[in-house]
Amino acid sequence: SSDETLTIETSIPFTSHNCEPPSRTVETTASELMSFFRDMVLMRRMEIAADSLYKAKLIRGFCHLYDGQEAVAVGMESAITRKDCVITAYRDHCTFLCRGGTLIEVFSELMGRRDGCSKGKGGSMHFYRKEGGFYGGHGIVGAQIPLGVGLAFGQKYNKDPNVTFSLYGDGAANQGQLFEALNIAALWDLPAILVCENNHYGMGTAEWRSAKSPAYYKRGDYAPGLKVDGMDVLAVKQACKFAKEHALKNGPLGFLLGRGAECLIEHGKLSIYYLHRTYPDLKAGHECKKRKDRWKNCCVSVAKLQVLVWVVFDGEEGALIFFGCSGLAFILLLPASLGLLYCCFSWGFGSSASDISGVAVTFSHLFCFLKASVLFEDILLVILSIILEMDTYRYHGHSMSDPGSTYRTRDEISGVRQERDPIERVRKLVLAHDISTEKELKDIEKEARKEVDEAIAKAKESQVPDPSDLFTNVYVKGLGVEACGADRKEVKATLP
Amino acid sequence: KQMTVRDALNSALDEEMSADPKVGEYQGAYKISKGLLEKYGPERVRDTPITEAGFTGIGVGAAYYGLKPVVEFMTFNFSMQAIDHIINSAAKSNYMSAGQISVPIVFRGPNGAAAGVGAQHSHCYASWYGSCPGLKVLAPYSSEDARGLLKAAIRDPDPVVFLENELLYGESFPVSAEVLDSSFCLPIGKAKIEKEGKDVTITAFSKMVGFALKAAEILEKEGISAEVINLRSIRPLDRSTINASVRKTNRLVTVEEGFPQHGVGAEICTSVIEESFGYLDAPVERIAGADVPMPYAANLERLAVPQVEDIVRAAKRACHRSVPMAAAA
Repeated sequence: SSDETLTIETSIPFTSHNCEPPSRTVETTASELMSFFRDMVLMRRMEIAADSLYKAKLIRGFCHLYDGQEAVAVGMESAITRKDCVITAYRDHCTFLCRGGTLIEVFSELMGRRDGCSKGKGGSMHFYRKEGGFYGGHGIVGAQIPLGVGLAFGQKYNKDPNVTFSLYGDGAANQGQLFEALNIAALWDLPAILVCENNHYGMGTAEWRSAKSPAYYKRGDYAPGLKVDGMDVLAVKQACKFAKEHALKNGPLGFLLGRGAECLIEHGKLSIYYLHRTYPDLKAGHECKKRKDRWKNCCVSVAKLQVLVWVVFDGEEGALIFFGCSGLAFILLLPASLGLLYCCFSWGFGSSASDISGVAVTFSHLFCFLKASVLFEDILLVILSIILEMDTYRYHGHSMSDPGSTYRTRDEISGVRQERDPIERVRKLVLAHDISTEKELKDIEKEARKEVDEAIAKAKESQVPDPSDLFTNVYVKGLGVEACGADRKEVKATLP
Repeated sequence: KQMTVRDALNSALDEEMSADPKVGEYQGAYKISKGLLEKYGPERVRDTPITEAGFTGIGVGAAYYGLKPVVEFMTFNFSMQAIDHIINSAAKSNYMSAGQISVPIVFRGPNGAAAGVGAQHSHCYASWYGSCPGLKVLAPYSSEDARGLLKAAIRDPDPVVFLENELLYGESFPVSAEVLDSSFCLPIGKAKIEKEGKDVTITAFSKMVGFALKAAEILEKEGISAEVINLRSIRPLDRSTINASVRKTNRLVTVEEGFPQHGVGAEICTSVIEESFGYLDAPVERIAGADVPMPYAANLERLAVPQVEDIVRAAKRACHRSVPMAAAA
């Protein structure tokens, strides 16, 4: 049936930085694949129609088209809910559609009509749909990244179990504010996911001309990253699901101590929750239930607590404490259920046991006790924020004022169309799994064309904004202030 | 009872944070938020790295989500690092989204010249922010202003730029019981007539209000009755109070620390020429910061910022035409 689970391999494996990549095997269903196909076809048709409307001078100013990149928007949407937030740059038409916007709102906005998603006042680059968790639509390169981290701050502050995806291009990836925002997001453990839509060209500029390192998923340094085939909608879905779970993870100790666990490594039967570099005040851990007292009894006597880890091994839970003094580092292992206490020490990594390489060394000692055959060299500090790099491609130029052909070859574009097109990939999957027929898929495409044409006709009927709208929404509360037109003796209005 | 501007700002923040859990603040270099971290905890009072573009953008994003951040700049000079977010992300979002994305945020910190901090730390940004639709721009002078306007700014649903003055932080002003009440709040967009007079109107904001009041005292002794208007709000600008006053006194002197060209005084002058041209008995006089980057040397610095005697001289000129117009031309 259409709801039966299918498992499909992603086109290529994920490449990861500072984290264990998710599995290549993605779960989906026939109906999901069909909706992917339908949504992407509709988007493709919508953007091509926008291209024509622009050339017919019905759309003005800047207009950035998303055709080629559809799998990123659609795959991401399938992994999250409308309570998660999305914020992007000016290439925003399809993201708006994903978040529940309609074609009529899109075309009306593009043509500056009253029925547009911003009542004709925003234009191509400024689509919003707050009720669908879509916060725009931003025209300043890179600005949406700290804004998205701010949304994540709000989510954490309100204790909402949701995350924010901030999308930016490879051009914006070099902006200073990305690194400022990422640093704060990591420092404050915010549920922020940065998504670099790497379509390989900034405005007329190939990525190698603007980025010393085009491995954008690695550029968070301390932040984990994942490189994803952004032309494969299932890979995007898997990556976004992984990122969201990663960002929301709370270890048992996080619960115990009333704050989020910073890291999780899962390796077979073993899970490790890295909590915090220092807990000078263990009394901070209050909201606990049964485990609290035991925890307190074990730890309070440890003078210089440096690193604290909660370990779950084969269902057993226990705490690991690292502390150091005068060149020695100690580990205490406190299996929660056994009540046993192991102690070992290791030399040679300075007085600070919080040194991560030292932790890795000490972990290997620990494993003798746990009799686990897991290598621990890859233990790294993992934080909540994560960077996803979506390897994607835009068929159109940067905007309508860029023909998109001066800095790349036509062969390159047609090569991507033939080999990596996100819609064609889903079409092949659907046919290979006998989910639908070629004819049915063609009918879906025809239907999309009809839907788009109807929406354009309706949008054309929509009125242009009333002149009085010039003065609306300047403020939420206008305080009765008088504002004026170009000739203040002629046009005056009281701001609502 | 006396209260310093610092304590006025601190108590206003404290009361608003206690009234609304969505209000959050950052710790500060000038101790305006003293004690708030201890009281409200690090969830609500955040120390940030020195990365203005990042933390300002994050503040604006949090406001998109419905929080009410109060973002402190150590001084407004550093808001230049983040002005993109103040203008493009905060001021315009409500409009561009047709009312969907409101931005209830306050950007606050000291503005304008302090003492001896040179050209890059002495800029008055009142006219910059004042020219931008979508922003509200407030500039308190006294402790009453500081309390009432900051509380109004935090309660307002729109982005507010709140321009303080470092040199006023330690100054004490008398405050009434009404001002000390936790419900006290001033209206945004309303100027205050600090001193009534009939011969000449002097407009000023922030620290310059004090200078204008001193000038008015001197003028009084010489038989000139000056009306001193404390603008309080740069945007919206209280044009009606200014024009009503000029229609009464028929003369106007504008005072500000910022540069003259495209300044707050220029806007006030235009408003009076548009609305009350027939009432003017003398050309409008503008006292402003010298049209040069702020020099470091104390003697030069004194020449670069308006002094009480400049205001007195301009007022006399407006009243007596001490310099004949023909000679001036």
